[in-house]
Amino acid sequence: MPAPWQEILKKIDDYRWEIPQGYKEGMAVPGLIFTSEAMLSHIWEEHVFQQVANVAFLPGIVDYSLAMPDIHWGYGFPIGGVAATRVRDGVISPGGVGFDINCGVRLLRTNLTEAEVRPKIEGLVADLFVNIPSGLGSKGKIRVSEKELDKVLVKGSHWAVEKGYGEAEDIVVTEETGCMKGANPDKVSSKAKKRGIPQLGTLGSGNHFLEIEVVDEIYDQEAATVMGIGNTGQVLVLIHTGSRGFGHQVCSDYVALLGAAVRKYGINLPDRQLACAPVQSSEGQDYLAAMACAANYAWANRQCIIHWVRDSCTKIFGRSQRELGLEQVYDVAHNIAKIEEHTVDGKKLTLCVHRKGATRAFPPGHPDIPDTYRGIGQPVLIPGDMGRCSYVALGTELAMKESFGSTCHGAGRLQSRAAARRSLRGADVARTLAERGITVKAGSMSSLAEEASEAYKDVNEVVDVTHKAGISRKVIRAVPIGVIKG
Amino acid sequence: MVKDFETIDHTADIGIIAYGADISQAFANAARALFSLITELDNVEEILHRDIELTAPDEESLLVEWLNQLIYLFDTENIIFKRFDITRLSNTRLKARSYGEKVDSSKHMLKTGVKAATYHMLQVDKGDGCRVQVLFDI
Repeated sequence: MPAPWQEILKKIDDYRWEIPQGYKEGMAVPGLIFTSEAMLSHIWEEHVFQQVANVAFLPGIVDYSLAMPDIHWGYGFPIGGVAATRVRDGVISPGGVGFDINCGVRLLRTNLTEAEVRPKIEGLVADLFVNIPSGLGSKGKIRVSEKELDKVLVKGSHWAVEKGYGEAEDIVVTEETGCMKGANPDKVSSKAKKRGIPQLGTLGSGNHFLEIEVVDEIYDQEAATVMGIGNTGQVLVLIHTGSRGFGHQVCSDYVALLGAAVRKYGINLPDRQLACAPVQSSEGQDYLAAMACAANYAWANRQCIIHWVRDSCTKIFGRSQRELGLEQVYDVAHNIAKIEEHTVDGKKLTLCVHRKGATRAFPPGHPDIPDTYRGIGQPVLIPGDMGRCSYVALGTELAMKESFGSTCHGAGRLQSRAAARRSLRGADVARTLAERGITVKAGSMSSLAEEASEAYKDVNEVVDVTHKAGISRKVIRAVPIGVIKG
Repeated sequence: MVKDFETIDHTADIGIIAYGADISQAFANAARALFSLITELDNVEEILHRDIELTAPDEESLLVEWLNQLIYLFDTENIIFKRFDITRLSNTRLKARSYGEKVDSSKHMLKTGVKAATYHMLQVDKGDGCRVQVLFDI
């Protein structure tokens, strides 16, 4: 019997599968999924073809409704979806960014080796767990007034550095230099601000984490050296978090507001969570201004967290930040919409690129890449699940041509949280990780079971697809030795 | 006995279906379902209450707004609610008093963080006995 997807998908090559425009009436463009035949079986079970097709309804969408190999069932947009709409006459959709606006990843390098860190890993993880507020309902250590919060929303990472959290050099190697332009706090509800004030400088819960990891494979030594990664065995620190309750509220507010805009502008959508408004409309512009505030909140958040990571490291190892070489490699946003220039069918277009669980992957020479990396391309940080590994990759020319300069963002879920909890116990997960030499500290045991390796696709397979498809290329792989979960 | 609510498996998130003899009861049970995702409600006492009054363009939006308002109160005031007295409910308007207490880490173990209620798979059925369905972003 043929697999069900064989009746729907048109194979373009081993890593590209098209959903023809005729699959669903109302699609303005076809869908395109970057995946392998082996990974397709998971995709079918999740009905995500429908979601990729639904995104193709968005007015002004160009080329394809795209999906990365870590795609899974979301709400409205699939997770792992990329959609570019014309700024001139297309729409912007808050659902295409998601609730956790500018959820992203930041990578810190060190001069330390595994041999130096192993004996102190328990103490380091324990100190980080105390130093960085994490878990459900946790409050940050930073106290800001509503007026001060407005500055965070406009300045992002720059606010944090001005307040002494981190270094000016960190900003240079942050997407958008950690400060998205066009942020207007007046477009953000007071509810969002009330949620945001106590949570600034917190890791959060769910799939957010902080990981101490060791480089175990180097695929491109030259590029790795540019990033300050010299050898296998070198220790890195990875942070995965976003805009917390602030971003969630901005998204909720604007999905409701743009629901009204859908009626006002007579837009036909197959799913209410795709609510959108013309980019040029006042509703669309207001969302962009509010979204930029949430993006900046997230950059300030990761900037504060990296400061405490440095703080814990200098304390535990008794050496200065400089001696430890605690420099930021890069910071990426993987839930965001950006106005970018792209060439489609030979024509230069200004597009609103929605990346919902996808990472920007700009090629060498792109003006938006910091000087340090201009020669090699933009670093792409791809966290896996807490038991396997993470990757650093680079953006490519082909990504620019085929995926609006985008690639995957992580492993992608395979199992639901409930299924993971049914089949695994948090205590067993912790023990299995300990047996494999990974020290874990988690806010709750159930979150540990939900985030177990078994609940995720194998990030190795995901990254292999994007590498072989050519939309990003592998530089290094790292395996965890210490993890903090919210 | 008919159950008040059940959860639906979703890869990344969690959905709920809540039932009720009338729509007010289904909305109240949806709210109970929300807080039962966050913690065990048996350990929660009715110490304080908050009043909520909302308007929305239709009944489905009203359900989303109602649940999002409760998530907002949990996030900003750390209140876990366990009982919901919906005193007024039309297609576009809701008035309710919700009872619960502030999170006390010595007796409440928090399980899952809920970011928001979404419009995906959203349903409000007012047939023989009411049934509402919502997907939460976790």
